[in-house]
Amino acid sequence: MEAYISLALKSIFVENILLAYFLGMCSFLAVSKKVETAFGLGLAVIFVLSITAPVNWALNHFFLRAGAMTWLSPSFIDVDLSFLEFITFIAVIAAMVQLVEMVIDKFSPTLYANLGIFLPLIAVNCSILGASLFLVEREYSASESLVFGFSSGVGWALAIVSMAAIRYKLRYSNVPPGLRGLGITMLTTGLMAIAFMAFAGIQL
Amino acid sequence: MSSPATEIQQERAPLFGKKERAALLDPLSDDNPITVQVLGICSALAVTIQMNRALVMAAAVIAVVCTSNVVISLIRNLIPPSIRIIVQLSVIASLVIVVDQILQAFMYDVAKQLSVFVGLIITNCIIMGRAEAFAMANPPWQSFLDGLGNGLGYGIILVAVAVFRELLGSGSLMGFKVIPQAVYDLGYVNNGLMVLAPGAFILLGLMIWAQRTWTGYAEEA
Repeated sequence: MEAYISLALKSIFVENILLAYFLGMCSFLAVSKKVETAFGLGLAVIFVLSITAPVNWALNHFFLRAGAMTWLSPSFIDVDLSFLEFITFIAVIAAMVQLVEMVIDKFSPTLYANLGIFLPLIAVNCSILGASLFLVEREYSASESLVFGFSSGVGWALAIVSMAAIRYKLRYSNVPPGLRGLGITMLTTGLMAIAFMAFAGIQL
Repeated sequence: MSSPATEIQQERAPLFGKKERAALLDPLSDDNPITVQVLGICSALAVTIQMNRALVMAAAVIAVVCTSNVVISLIRNLIPPSIRIIVQLSVIASLVIVVDQILQAFMYDVAKQLSVFVGLIITNCIIMGRAEAFAMANPPWQSFLDGLGNGLGYGIILVAVAVFRELLGSGSLMGFKVIPQAVYDLGYVNNGLMVLAPGAFILLGLMIWAQRTWTGYAEEA
């Protein structure tokens, strides 16, 4: 149990998927203008990540990695489909995003209208695919990948909501023209990343 | 070997006219994918610790964006609009698999260092964005140039960020020491922040500022 808590805290704070690995920057920059939309997108990302991470883990464990299909027949010991990783993962992610879109449309039309174009873009949000690729590279177990997926999502949501709050304040500041929008957001993200690095010293 | 059909085609559209020129050159500065269109930031930050990684990444992205633009432009009239995203994704994912296998075969060390970021070319917004915005509406040759231009525009920023990060962070370029030992003896220290994540954010922020001041582009609020 302790290992899972430690993994969760690590992926939320110390190795925040956005601030330490730069994943999901595009939607982070585009959707962090309003706190409500940022929060909605954050929730959607948490949801999609906690589904896709274990599903992709299972696909990789039972079908794709070298010798994974021995449970079907021992003669498959030499089969290595790991090169199909990318296309399988992205297909799972695209399907999941479609599902989330339908669910949100059904239960919260306001949120659906607010998220607008960005919902389909979760499919190309690097943090989702990145998390799936990380859990293969780091050889997580099934439960670890669920924890990792969920807490990476929480970390991402935390980052985008705090960014939206900061940008809300920034609206009243006099920013030089060339720095407006993207520039100042990058600088602020840099400062946030420094702040999150402070968690690196914590031993669990 | 020129059939009448291609001659007519060439009469109607010159091989390298104004439109082609714009498709190739605009993304390099005025319409740069990273600093102006705000696409593909993720990998721009992650792979820029060292210059050789940035160069390999830039080459991989240029290869993928050019070929994906051409392929999607060739099949653009066959793709049903409702499933175009998934078609584009599968084309791009297949191309990235090819690039990844080539990298693992010929440049194993760099491929290991780039780790998941080669796979993440699939979700690099530049490639999807160009496929959606340009290749779906333009013939193959122009799409190729547009892909090349955007790939190069991405590569320029990538290499520029990498030069600063490697020079200031590790005192080297392409893995070779360029800051002489004498400078260190005088008390100079490498800036450790540059090799960490925050350094990348701040550096890119500053470069965006410089580039936008130069081109006079400003965002609303």
